[in-house]
Amino acid sequence: MDHFARLGLPAALDLDAGTLDKAYFAGQRQWHPDRFVAKAPEERAKASSEAAALNDAYRTLKSPIDRAVYLAALKGVEMPADGKTIDDPDLLMEAMEAREELQDAATVQAVDGLTAKALADVEKALKGLPSLFLANDRPAIRKTLLRLRYLDKFAEEARARRTNIERGTR
Amino acid sequence: MSLLEIHEPGETPLPHAGEGTLAVGIDLGTTNSVVAIAREGTPAALHDETGKALVPSVVAYPSSGGVLVGDEARLFMAQEPKNVVASIKRLMGRGAADLHTVAGVLPYEIEPGTGQTDMVKLRIGGKARSPVEISAEILKALRVRAEAALEKPVERAVITVPAYFDDAARTATRDAARVAGLEVLRLVNEPTAAALAYGLDKGSEGLYAVYDLGGGTFDFSLLRLEKGVFQVLATGGDTALGGDDFDRAIAERLLAERKKDGLGDTVDEGAVKTALGLARQMKEQLSDREQTSGRLELGGVPSFHAITRPEFDAMISSQVKRTIEIARHVLADAGMKPDEIQGVVLVGGSTRVPLARTAVAEMIGKPPLTDIDPDEVVALGAALQAEALTGGSDTLLLDVTPLSLGLETMGGLVEKVVPRNTPIPVQLAQEFTTYQDGQTAMAIHVVQGEREMVDDCRSLARFELTGIPPMTAGAARIRVSFAVDADGLLTVSAEERTTGVAQRIEVKPSYGLSHEDMADMLYDSLDNAEEDMARRLLTESRVEARRGLLALDAALAKDGTLLTPDERGEIDAARERLETAIAGDVRDEITAAAEALETLSKPFAERRMDRGIREALSGMSVSDLETRVGE
Repeated sequence: MDHFARLGLPAALDLDAGTLDKAYFAGQRQWHPDRFVAKAPEERAKASSEAAALNDAYRTLKSPIDRAVYLAALKGVEMPADGKTIDDPDLLMEAMEAREELQDAATVQAVDGLTAKALADVEKALKGLPSLFLANDRPAIRKTLLRLRYLDKFAEEARARRTNIERGTR
Repeated sequence: MSLLEIHEPGETPLPHAGEGTLAVGIDLGTTNSVVAIAREGTPAALHDETGKALVPSVVAYPSSGGVLVGDEARLFMAQEPKNVVASIKRLMGRGAADLHTVAGVLPYEIEPGTGQTDMVKLRIGGKARSPVEISAEILKALRVRAEAALEKPVERAVITVPAYFDDAARTATRDAARVAGLEVLRLVNEPTAAALAYGLDKGSEGLYAVYDLGGGTFDFSLLRLEKGVFQVLATGGDTALGGDDFDRAIAERLLAERKKDGLGDTVDEGAVKTALGLARQMKEQLSDREQTSGRLELGGVPSFHAITRPEFDAMISSQVKRTIEIARHVLADAGMKPDEIQGVVLVGGSTRVPLARTAVAEMIGKPPLTDIDPDEVVALGAALQAEALTGGSDTLLLDVTPLSLGLETMGGLVEKVVPRNTPIPVQLAQEFTTYQDGQTAMAIHVVQGEREMVDDCRSLARFELTGIPPMTAGAARIRVSFAVDADGLLTVSAEERTTGVAQRIEVKPSYGLSHEDMADMLYDSLDNAEEDMARRLLTESRVEARRGLLALDAALAKDGTLLTPDERGEIDAARERLETAIAGDVRDEITAAAEALETLSKPFAERRMDRGIREALSGMSVSDLETRVGE
């Protein structure tokens, strides 16, 4: 069963956070191990694995980027495993430049500027996804998702950089 | 004793059948413990004859025999200090190596030979005792108190643990309950329990935070409360940050003042203890006074000291700042801003310190919520959950893992399998592969922490998956699954999936993190993210280069005759240079040396390919060849 089906939701890019929560809470009301404390071991094991699957589905679908990657995988778009080298030269260039900018950012304001830009880029890229999915343009979907994944990671690095600047460690 | 019930071995009373047995909530604290019961959604702490709810978490083994817990045990502190144990919670699930940091503070005698690969044991009254059995004495005392107050047997409990408690400490807590004759219905995280008590009492909805500053630990959790759902969004903490640090700051000042006045500067363990005692009193007075004074007598020489609130605030400001910094990180983890928080619930005796309250109020821009006794709120939440689990309820508690769980991969890197703040229960798996041709075994090393390198994380378990059929490097598919249950306890299993001959192994980590280590690891990761990235890149290039060397060596062993001695000499020299570069720390040098070697060995690779094709084609007819090509 895929994550969408598990939560009784249509497999779509667009998913309202409130709808997702509602479906998830309903699932957990049924399967959370707390409801099975007094039950037989087999029932408890079943509840535990159902609840774990619900948590996995919820966690994946909650993030717009993870959701898009997951949906793309359902449609046969394969992404390189996390941590593998970026195989898109344009993105590689973008990433290297951005990393340099982050290295050079000496103030919290400078880092915040870079973070804001990355987040705006995320928004923009996400907005472009529905039409690519509609056209089933797999290479373009893959390219966009790779970039989204990178931008997400960049925002995380920027956060670490910001902490360091705040603490004056660097 | 009418309270004892006897069951056949292996038979436990049916949960609903035992009309007479009750389920309680227990806050097993570092300094104090509390037991509470909930009936029809209303929790109450259980008091002793004198009306006290707090039981000091102190256990005494008097030389005259027997065991004492709580206030009675504390009385023995002066007479037989060696037979009295306090703050045992700090040793749950810990080894001797974890003790170094606290050895100066904990007046314990360690049982020789323990704590190497297992939990440390203490030597008390000539006998070795484990933290599990000492904690069990506290739980037994709480159970007796509950049975006396309720006039019914108590056999089941929800027990709270710090959100940051690691796997070994959680397991040890469960074991202690078993020793005390209590079935643990669930281990619940302390801030989550507090939120439950608060939310159910006030019928609150929205985003709430719990700021839990105890004697030795700090937890900060962010929860969403919605129609009976208590969803933890993120949690964080520092388990070496609490009221004890405030006492220490004051005590240091007292001793420094004495030294300045020429009243002697030899300070022994006894002097420190006495100074800490006065410090705690002065700290407590400063919670509702602008200044306080005290008399310290050491070695018969008295000294008089005064501290104002602003002075005290200055002494503890860095610690309080740190709690706020942690809180901000938790908010960032959840992608929330301080002004989105509806309210902050204060938990733990140390939240009575005015500076902590002010700092919290400043961060969220509104006064924190203090209408439930911060010493009792955790036990009340546990009692509510105990009732919910036994009697059924509409309340749903959704908690998360506090720290990331992962595996060691090539070059000492950590591959995270379960990221921190993942909702539990959870079951996640990752596939790994072999590194060398014909590899039949794989070492699996489970670690906990946020850093990129294994050495900076805490090791939870090691085991070996054997019986992998020999295959070429990268062909085997080893699937490693991590399962964290609703109590936050981890099980790891691994299997090889290519062959279908699944060899399955299950490991429950038996030996865990120290509290301090966990907090340090998390905060180090924030400090060192940039450095980690550089180290990761360096390690990756090393791994890549070594992989190339292995392949080259295999080829040389097989087809070395294809090279002239001169060519072989050049390749060997380039190989040497790469080895040197790998041993160094410069990534660019490794990459350059690897490229040089590759260029140099290119003709060799081509010749090998030619030979391979010739061999493959020899003995084949033209028609064979055509079918081949046509395929």
